[in-house]
Amino acid sequence: MARSIKLRIWRGDSTDGGLKDVVVEANEGEVVLDVIHRVQATQMGDLAVRWNCKAGKCGSCSMEINGKPRLACMTQVASFGEEETITVTPLRAFPIIKDLVTDVSFNYKKAMEIPAYEPPAELAPGEARMEQIDVERSQEFRKCIECFLCQDVCHVVRDHEENKKSFAGPRFLMRMAELDFHPLDQRKTRKQEAQEQHGLGFCNITKCCTEVCPEHIKITDNALIPMKERVADVKYDPVRWLGSKIRKREGL
Amino acid sequence: MSGVFSPTRAKIKERTLRTDKWWLQPLLTFGVLFSFVIYATFRAFENKNYFVEESHLISPFYSPCLSESCEPAATIGGWTPFSAEIFNFALSPALIILIFPLGFRMTCYYYRKAYYRSFWFSPPACGVAEPHEKYTGETRLPLLGQNIHRYFFYAGLVFNVILTYDAIISFRNKEGEWGHMTLGSLVLVLSSALLWFYSLSCHTCRHTVGGRLKHFSKHPVRYKLWTTVSVLNTKHQQFAWFSLAAVAFADIYVRQVASGAWSNPIFF
Ligand code: SF4
Ligand code: SF4
Ligand code: FES
Ligand code: FES
Repeated sequence: MARSIKLRIWRGDSTDGGLKDVVVEANEGEVVLDVIHRVQATQMGDLAVRWNCKAGKCGSCSMEINGKPRLACMTQVASFGEEETITVTPLRAFPIIKDLVTDVSFNYKKAMEIPAYEPPAELAPGEARMEQIDVERSQEFRKCIECFLCQDVCHVVRDHEENKKSFAGPRFLMRMAELDFHPLDQRKTRKQEAQEQHGLGFCNITKCCTEVCPEHIKITDNALIPMKERVADVKYDPVRWLGSKIRKREGL
Repeated sequence: MSGVFSPTRAKIKERTLRTDKWWLQPLLTFGVLFSFVIYATFRAFENKNYFVEESHLISPFYSPCLSESCEPAATIGGWTPFSAEIFNFALSPALIILIFPLGFRMTCYYYRKAYYRSFWFSPPACGVAEPHEKYTGETRLPLLGQNIHRYFFYAGLVFNVILTYDAIISFRNKEGEWGHMTLGSLVLVLSSALLWFYSLSCHTCRHTVGGRLKHFSKHPVRYKLWTTVSVLNTKHQQFAWFSLAAVAFADIYVRQVASGAWSNPIFF
């Protein structure tokens, strides 16, 4: 059964913009992305919106719905009250391009700064063998669809533009953790790099990244906190530091 | 203007467009933690009503009792290395030991989240702009000091052992014979048990038992431990609150009994 719903959509670009009210039909079972498309088809032909899969797997339709960073294609219209106005804005941590589309290149830049996996020299491609229990831990992080909702919500950069240069954001600190947990990765300096170059210390474990992750990855508990503990091992724990000088225990 | 009001961002004047009660959680957290701090401070300085000799109950705020002012039966084998006074002021035995449980909870990853959000608004809730102009997080002192959490964790284990001992010795009657139980024994057992769950579910514990390994397959026992602690760890927040409440209640209970306000029912 179709019904009318009230939407408020942010329209504008880098020079100016604001919230515009529209009333649009919504059918049973539809998601916010569906009604945005209907607005585009019937009332705002030039409304810019990024999307691709409509299945919660490409990470393109990230936006903020009633102030919360979410995937528009995974947000049911029925989850809001009948009379409620649904407010839709672009991601507020990244530079605006137009309407609901932001420039997320910050994230690609940060991705490139993370040192790549370093395989053991003696293994030819295809020869690596690992046991399931050794890779399980990092596998959780491979569910990431790179929607950057976690990067958007993280107050370190969302609320402090100047921190962008020194903070990789939860998604890429999680990548650092993934590689540091990797049983075959040969790079020995990831803990120090996470802290000194990628800004792990900025994270105050307030868990907003975990709250918004559409893949339900426990970013804070399973990547960021374990990584903070690993950093403490090599940088802030005099007893372990001494221990590591006396007997070599790398690659436990 | 920085943050969400930076010139490059979409121009939206509200600091949040959230329509739910996002302020409720930080408000409750603030209320509970603040009340606890007030009560604990009052009790730490009160310097009385922390011990019930006839039922062998000691308040967790005052155990171990290490001051010369402690009643002999409240000490551990009469060991009192600390003077009862400091610069002519009476030093409450609680103040001598307070730093350990306090430091443990202050540097706990869960409580950090709780007070950064509710006391410092950094951020107050997800997607709600924080009021601060500058933010450096835990990159420099004093907050860099949160990294000593592991040492407080070790100290916390010692305290758990002592408080468990306190619970065990309360299973005696007035004459000191074993095999008896009062409501107070139950209260102490509950608080020490919850403290164990709180410590064992700690992130540092998880890291120590196995989290720092790269190859679980080479350490099957530690892997098993890590798996178990990981399960407890998902409930760390709950254990943090329950253990806090249980410790506070144990103290209130001992205080009321010691001051004669409540009687301590004897089960057998
Ligand atoms: S837990 Fe850390 S990385 Fe995640 S949103 Fe909070 S501050 Fe950012
Ligand atoms: S970690 Fe989660 S929220 Fe962050 S980019 Fe990946 S899927 Fe999105
Ligand atoms: S359109 Fe692909 S995740 Fe929403
Ligand atoms: S006690 Fe909470 S993380 Fe260690």
